[in-house]
Amino acid sequence: MSTAVMERSESLVMEENQTVKVQSQMEIKREEKASKITVKDLNLFYGEKQALYGVSLNIREKEVTALIGPSGCGKSTFLRTLNRMNDLIDGVKITGDIMIDRENVYKNNDVIKLRTKVGMVFQKPNLFPMSIYDNVAYGPRMQGIKNKKELNQIVEESLKGAAIWDEVKDRLKSSALGLSGGQQQRVCIARAIAMKPDVILMDEPTSALDPISTLKVEELITNMKKDYTIVIVTHNMQQAARISDKTAFFLNGEVVEFDDTDTIFSTPSDQRTEDYVTGRFG
Amino acid sequence: MVIRENFENNLKELKRKINEMGELSIDALEKAFTALQTQDVEIALKVIEEDTDIDNLELEINQFAVWLMAKEQPVARDLRVVVGVLKISNGVERIADFAVNIAKSTIKIGKANSLLDLTDLEKMKDISILMLKKSLKSFLEEDIALAKEVSDLEDEVDQYNIETYKKLTNYLSEHPEETNQLVQLLFVNRYIERVADHITNIAESTAFLIKGQMFDFNP
Repeated sequence: MSTAVMERSESLVMEENQTVKVQSQMEIKREEKASKITVKDLNLFYGEKQALYGVSLNIREKEVTALIGPSGCGKSTFLRTLNRMNDLIDGVKITGDIMIDRENVYKNNDVIKLRTKVGMVFQKPNLFPMSIYDNVAYGPRMQGIKNKKELNQIVEESLKGAAIWDEVKDRLKSSALGLSGGQQQRVCIARAIAMKPDVILMDEPTSALDPISTLKVEELITNMKKDYTIVIVTHNMQQAARISDKTAFFLNGEVVEFDDTDTIFSTPSDQRTEDYVTGRFG
Repeated sequence: MVIRENFENNLKELKRKINEMGELSIDALEKAFTALQTQDVEIALKVIEEDTDIDNLELEINQFAVWLMAKEQPVARDLRVVVGVLKISNGVERIADFAVNIAKSTIKIGKANSLLDLTDLEKMKDISILMLKKSLKSFLEEDIALAKEVSDLEDEVDQYNIETYKKLTNYLSEHPEETNQLVQLLFVNRYIERVADHITNIAESTAFLIKGQMFDFNP
């Protein structure tokens, strides 16, 4: 054996033990995406009662952002500020800024345009008592689209986008209310997509669904993020862990922690977050 | 009301079982070494027989841990505890297997003029048992300083391992008639070194549980 080889094998055998921290996969940085929604120091009052305290969040484009937290922590209230649904409630006062695509949501008075851009899906399927087709075509028609061919195309694309087309293509003219809950919820998503929004807000979209329908909607959300920015409120923490890229933990109207979902569910930095995700309180 | 009290109790139970398994392994190592020192085949056979208890306990712990994962869907630290338990039980089981190997070597040596005093095997065994105690305590009490101490002790075992190897091979060249016993002692030297490695892995699993980061204590 040559001296060099001897030395190398010696150093391999004798190498002094060192403590090496191995880079965990969780820490690998994701590609930074552009910010879609920027919220700065948002406060919200229902009359005298303050519901949100200085919320600041950056929601990035084409990602799923989950909002979690115990009941009454302000996550749904926050979600509804993003397309000004709280305007419908008397005595609501809001301070701070919400910018979507660098445009201040509360300084622009065109709420219709805002809600076209920022669609919403609710807890319970809320389809209109009309046919499946008319439900999905409702928004585009209100926008003045009359061309039958164009409407057909929008309806088909939207239903396909919501992964429900194959199940309803032969019964488009029958009442939407005849569908199962899970199917109705996906038609609601199709109805939101039909407006070609950029952002889709979802307020506990699967809480009224059975487990299989829930998984279908989750699968759908995961596939939809290539085209949309999605913000979802969920009480199901496993769901947040499965489908979201970012998670914000709300508590008593404040954001306690906002980070990559991987971090929130593996090594959160705030003890309250850890206690909540591990089910120690809430 | 404490939320998830049942789950907390189940995690405690898992830790208790790991501790029990660890104590059985320490006992097995001590017995195997006593057998080696006193050339007592009876004790050696006992170590081999009693290994079944440790294997069964490992199986029980694994089933319990898998069931907890399915039922409770633990996340964050809770998940690391359950995964840690799976890895640690595997490590402890391997350590007990080495105790069995030492017992088998004892049987192979049989009645002979013991050459154990030539070696540092007893020191290595003592340090290994200290390491195992520390690593179990570090796991149960989630104390990372103890985990680090374990990895430092491993360096000592490695050093003794190298020296014992040299002493035994040197002696072998001069006393070929003792080959049988010397080869078995070389094996035991190797077994204890492996035991220390597995204990260091336990310390690494514990460090991961506490910090949420991977550590490599024996690169």
